[in-house]
Amino acid sequence: MESGSARPTTTRLLPGAAEFFGRLAQSDYLVLGLCVVYLASFAPFTPGLLSLENLGNLLQSLLPLSIAALGLTVVLIIGGIDLSITAVIGLTSVIGAKMMSSSHGWLADSAFAVPAALLAMLACGAAVGALNGIGVTVLKLPPFILTLTTMMAVSGFAVWLTKSRNIGGLPEGFSSLWASLWFATLLTAVIAALLHLLLARSVFGRWCQAIGFNSRAARVSGVPIQGMTFAVYVICGVCAAVAGILFTAQAETGSPVLGQRVLLDVLGATVLGGTSLFGGRGKIHWTLCGVLFLRLVDNSLNLLSLSIFTITMVKGGVILAAALLDAARSRLTISRK
Amino acid sequence: MTFALEVRGIEKSFSGVPVLRGVTFALEAGKTLGLVGENGAGKSTLMNILGGGVQADAGQMLLGGVSHAPRTPADAARAGVAFVHQELNLFPNLTIAENIFLTAFPTRSGAFIRYSAIYQRTAELLREVGLDTPPDTPVENLSTGQRQLVEIAKALSRDARILIFDEPTSSLSARECEQLFKVMGQLRRRGLTMIYISHQLGDVLRLCDSVVVLRDGIVAGSGPTREFTADRLVVLMVGRALTQLYPSRRGSARSEIVFEARGLGEPRVIHDISFALRRGEILGVAGLMGAGRSELARILFGLDPHSRGAVFLEGKALHRASPTERISRGLAFLTEDRRHEGLCLDASIADNLMLVALRDFARTPLKLLNRAMSRATLQKIRERIRLNQNARDEQPVRTLSGGNQQKVVLGKWLLVQPRVLILDEPTRGVDVGAKFEIYSQILELADGGAGILIISSEIEELLGLCDRVLVMNRGEIRDELSRPEFDRERILQSALPAELFS
Repeated sequence: MESGSARPTTTRLLPGAAEFFGRLAQSDYLVLGLCVVYLASFAPFTPGLLSLENLGNLLQSLLPLSIAALGLTVVLIIGGIDLSITAVIGLTSVIGAKMMSSSHGWLADSAFAVPAALLAMLACGAAVGALNGIGVTVLKLPPFILTLTTMMAVSGFAVWLTKSRNIGGLPEGFSSLWASLWFATLLTAVIAALLHLLLARSVFGRWCQAIGFNSRAARVSGVPIQGMTFAVYVICGVCAAVAGILFTAQAETGSPVLGQRVLLDVLGATVLGGTSLFGGRGKIHWTLCGVLFLRLVDNSLNLLSLSIFTITMVKGGVILAAALLDAARSRLTISRK
Repeated sequence: MTFALEVRGIEKSFSGVPVLRGVTFALEAGKTLGLVGENGAGKSTLMNILGGGVQADAGQMLLGGVSHAPRTPADAARAGVAFVHQELNLFPNLTIAENIFLTAFPTRSGAFIRYSAIYQRTAELLREVGLDTPPDTPVENLSTGQRQLVEIAKALSRDARILIFDEPTSSLSARECEQLFKVMGQLRRRGLTMIYISHQLGDVLRLCDSVVVLRDGIVAGSGPTREFTADRLVVLMVGRALTQLYPSRRGSARSEIVFEARGLGEPRVIHDISFALRRGEILGVAGLMGAGRSELARILFGLDPHSRGAVFLEGKALHRASPTERISRGLAFLTEDRRHEGLCLDASIADNLMLVALRDFARTPLKLLNRAMSRATLQKIRERIRLNQNARDEQPVRTLSGGNQQKVVLGKWLLVQPRVLILDEPTRGVDVGAKFEIYSQILELADGGAGILIISSEIEELLGLCDRVLVMNRGEIRDELSRPEFDRERILQSALPAELFS
């Protein structure tokens, strides 16, 4: 057992404690545990935190965010990044509303308005994802700068489509179904289960992991990198579109700035869950736990009537701590031999 | 007698597994010590302790009579321990002089580098190592051998008391090796103490005054070089006598052609390459570094483009097939660059072994993996390649020794039962025992009817394994020898630049 990169750890000083924290830091349920601890310590002096109504609100705000973060998780695993998620949310919202709104909608009052709008919204997400995919695979652009520009272009386009006005008058059937808690929960669960199967149990997942760890080795081993990368960005785009549908239904308006502020939440929650920004490492349930924790912090501090600025700073601190943990984790994996 | 280095009873374990167990030896000042042992014997760990990368659990080191217990690599460097690594630690974008003085720039008013001073000093150092290049040459313009000389110059600039060479020849051409050995000889005459780590036992016997053999973390043998022969070193390293270096061949080449290249060309890379590989045949490709051998392999596997000619697998042209397609048609490629192209170092042993064969274990519609089946296969392949039994399936490949890492790369290709296997430097940086096992697998595959194309810089290896050898020089095939014609001198002559003989 030769060790090229072993670093000294504190193991010799506190063998028991170091071992314990090492295990804890690498546990799948670390973040879930943190959620429970956080809830237990904040509930006593946060009025209404555990009320049924608040928990319902928490869940409702959590679902679209989770779906967007799940798509991003897959992109991060192959070592990419997608910053255009929130722009896709805005664009799908606008396109959907433009089609089905009863006031001046293209398909106003038609029986097909809702299904056609839903299809168009999903297609929108897939199209932006495909654009990103082509940019990364064919044009070989770095995903960060490419998706930054798609974000700008797509959100600009969404604003232009609406002339900066929100679109109301969405069909009753649309909002009542897609904003209902049980349906959105079921939808999120199905998407999460499907992506979990893909990532943890299928060829697709192993290929994603291999590309994220070492794309050159993956290529030599016959992994169809171009096709995989393209598919992954499309998946991320479609997930963002689904998140956009939920957000639109919840807000009962089509708005180009819907979800404008959630980009850092989505990215932060995914990293908080433990998915590595360097590729290769990431799991669906990690991301779900990450979203839960971040929403919990946001929600509880809101109930304590802290200002949005304070909340943002606290959330930033939480994400920073998660990033530090990620770095510490990879060090631990290396020194544990 | 003064000792430059004394090592007394060094012990080290990683996660409870002992790696070094009471290692003791001494090195006289001004002498060169050869350190040999199989991959995983503890050489790198010992050198890491000496170099401050890790700390010993027990034992003591004395450097020139003074206790040496570096907590960091910087501590060790200050104490005068310098390394010339297997993988070079130079910045290709900086000049030679900048690389040498990177951590200790002489400055004017604390901020501005005194370039004239560092150029002058660098020129002196380069003269000492016999490198005739201006100090302001960017390192990226240098060959591997020249970079190694820069590393040595860097060590000299810091008044190193002990210079450690870790597998310095593994990526050098024959001529570059000679140059390195010449410089080492000069340094030895100047009284520098050196430790030389290598799997090339011939080089060790030739260059070193004394030898230490490590096996499983203990000193299996040590003493003046004159008391050792290559055979005795192997016995000490492996713990048993290896009666032969190459396994015996049972089958032989059949008549049917399985893989063929016709007039393959790419400007400035390869020129008009044609050969035909038969089923069951082992075809070697000899040549110097830069002769276009690895480039040919990459073109054959579809990783790099070619502008002329065609490749045929089982009679069918491959045109512009991607590596993925070529693999599904029975082609496999073990790359020379294990760390960057062969393995996902942070992924587990299991994931790496299964990567190529994955699709065979998938069930529709979602391509879910059949875990029971893949686990059984994993067990079988691990036994076949004789992977270190202590390694867990889910352990990252990074934690394995070089020899075991190479077995994983070979294993993942054996799993898809290739009809043609291209191997580029399959035993680079691999110890004698693991080499023999890798050779056995190659022969077994050939005996089963696969065609093997093997590129190697070790002529002995090609002569020991192959039915036929092609010699490449400047992107062309210069010579072809079948087994009865095998001749070391003739291969070398065809491989060396023609102007040497004119």
